[in-house]
Amino acid sequence: MATQQTRTLGRFAVAPSVISLFLWMIVPLAMTIYFSFLRYNLLDPNYACSLMHPDQLLDGANRCLAGFTNYTYFMTDPAFFKAMGNSLKLVAWVLAISVVFGTLLALLLDQAFYGQAVVRLLMIAPFLVMPTVSALVWKNMMLNPVSGMIAYLFKSVGLQPIDWFAHYPLAAVILMVSWQWVPFATLILLTSLQSLDGEQKEAAEMDGTPPLSYFWYIVLPHLIRPMTVVILIETIFLLNVFAEIYVSGTAGTAGNLPFLVYQYGLIANDIGGASAGGIIAVILANIVAFFLMRMIGKNLDA
Amino acid sequence: MARKVSTNKKLIITVLAWAIGLLIFFPIFWTILTSFKTEREAILLPPKFFNFEWTTENYGIVQERSDYLRFALNSIYLALGSTFFALLIAIPSAWAMAFAPGKRTKDLLMWMLSTKMMPPVGALIPIYLIFRDFHLLDTRFGIITVLMLLNLPIIIWMLYTYFKEIPGEILEASRMDGASLVKELVYVLTPMALPGIASTLLLNIILAWNEAFWTLALTTKDAAPLTQFIASYSAPEGLFWAKLSAASTMAIAPILVLGWFAQKQLVRGLTFGAVK
Repeated sequence: MATQQTRTLGRFAVAPSVISLFLWMIVPLAMTIYFSFLRYNLLDPNYACSLMHPDQLLDGANRCLAGFTNYTYFMTDPAFFKAMGNSLKLVAWVLAISVVFGTLLALLLDQAFYGQAVVRLLMIAPFLVMPTVSALVWKNMMLNPVSGMIAYLFKSVGLQPIDWFAHYPLAAVILMVSWQWVPFATLILLTSLQSLDGEQKEAAEMDGTPPLSYFWYIVLPHLIRPMTVVILIETIFLLNVFAEIYVSGTAGTAGNLPFLVYQYGLIANDIGGASAGGIIAVILANIVAFFLMRMIGKNLDA
Repeated sequence: MARKVSTNKKLIITVLAWAIGLLIFFPIFWTILTSFKTEREAILLPPKFFNFEWTTENYGIVQERSDYLRFALNSIYLALGSTFFALLIAIPSAWAMAFAPGKRTKDLLMWMLSTKMMPPVGALIPIYLIFRDFHLLDTRFGIITVLMLLNLPIIIWMLYTYFKEIPGEILEASRMDGASLVKELVYVLTPMALPGIASTLLLNIILAWNEAFWTLALTTKDAAPLTQFIASYSAPEGLFWAKLSAASTMAIAPILVLGWFAQKQLVRGLTFGAVK
């Protein structure tokens, strides 16, 4: 049992990380909420508030209260619907692709074959590639409509090469993001498969259980939990995809919610609007986080 | 007879697994290969696999033209710096939560995890303005702080799951023998916790090295790491594939090597111990 002394010491030991995380989470969030109710433009502070009575100005930077204007403005911006749609489509597609292919690849890697360790390394590699590199490699060497590898393959079987980034920018982004996240799903599901009881497998084999029903009744139930973990964790990361869009120059057509906030704030200098967008993104993420936390919390008890 | 069937099955699976593995790895392989071609051969169709004129000049040109080493050095500073400071405050916290848990420890852990759920765009604007006002934009110190806070919850969680596996009785025994807390930490806990700490360190270096939201938004030149270096190749140098490939290869090689060693830790860290 921990003594009083160690408990006091424990508090001191926990304090630095609690305080720094608290500041990191609360201060920016509070500021974002505050800014989201302001008319606040970095470049032209006078314009937005110039028509107001001087008493209504908040400070020297000529910021003034805006009520919910930023929210209504942001949410009626056609770009918002597009970005929101792109965000959700990106998450849904990459999730579907990584769960399906991740499961298939994990099942494959779980079999006995020659060079298992090497193949495993090859399959995991994309997850370790920096997002900016992945974006540029796919955009140029793979998907370029003239000299890209995929265009070459299309041409060699007599098909017309596709200009992915011009005609299907979102599909291209989904492809390169999936390339990075399928390995993650594979890795997690494989780790979980390897913890499956070997005796169960042997017993099933001896009983002559057909592989399909073995998969359906034994393997799949075992994989439900890691699959949920994969889905939830990937959702958190996928909602925040940024670099792939930033670097591949698909912002106009495949831009998602994070990118729109970035554009509002750091490119158009509309701090109020960007903050409102940021809060919308926070709410969206919280809905997902709620489920993830429950899941991991349950595991903590076990 | 049965033996024969299973050998055949193994062969088929071997071929299939290798084919898929190579397919998935292909873009990386192709990037590395292209980095040794001349610009003319890099965009040549049909693509040449090995029968081209090998050259290493691209690497020299990339270093000369865009000062690769400066960016690489920044990446090293940011990854190691943020990892070091995060471990410095995470180790005592994880120690306390694993060995002297209070009634609120579980809530505290869950709360720390929840900070990770906050989308970066929710904090982007204030952090950007604070950095601007305190002249932290494009400084190593500023980015190290952000990266440290960003990964702190993962680090604490990972250390916590490792520390949990160390039997508390051993620590108690040393305490009974009159070891002071400092001695307990240094001589008893540290040697047992070292593998866990090393794995955590490895994972955090990988995450910090590849972080591409804050590093793109908050750096321009002086503190810019390799993520920014590669982003600068999107245009117009993106048209020079051999050089782009050389730059990409240099940006990902160190982490590929590290990551291959850290596969298991990757799973544990990124799932917050939910899958081991």
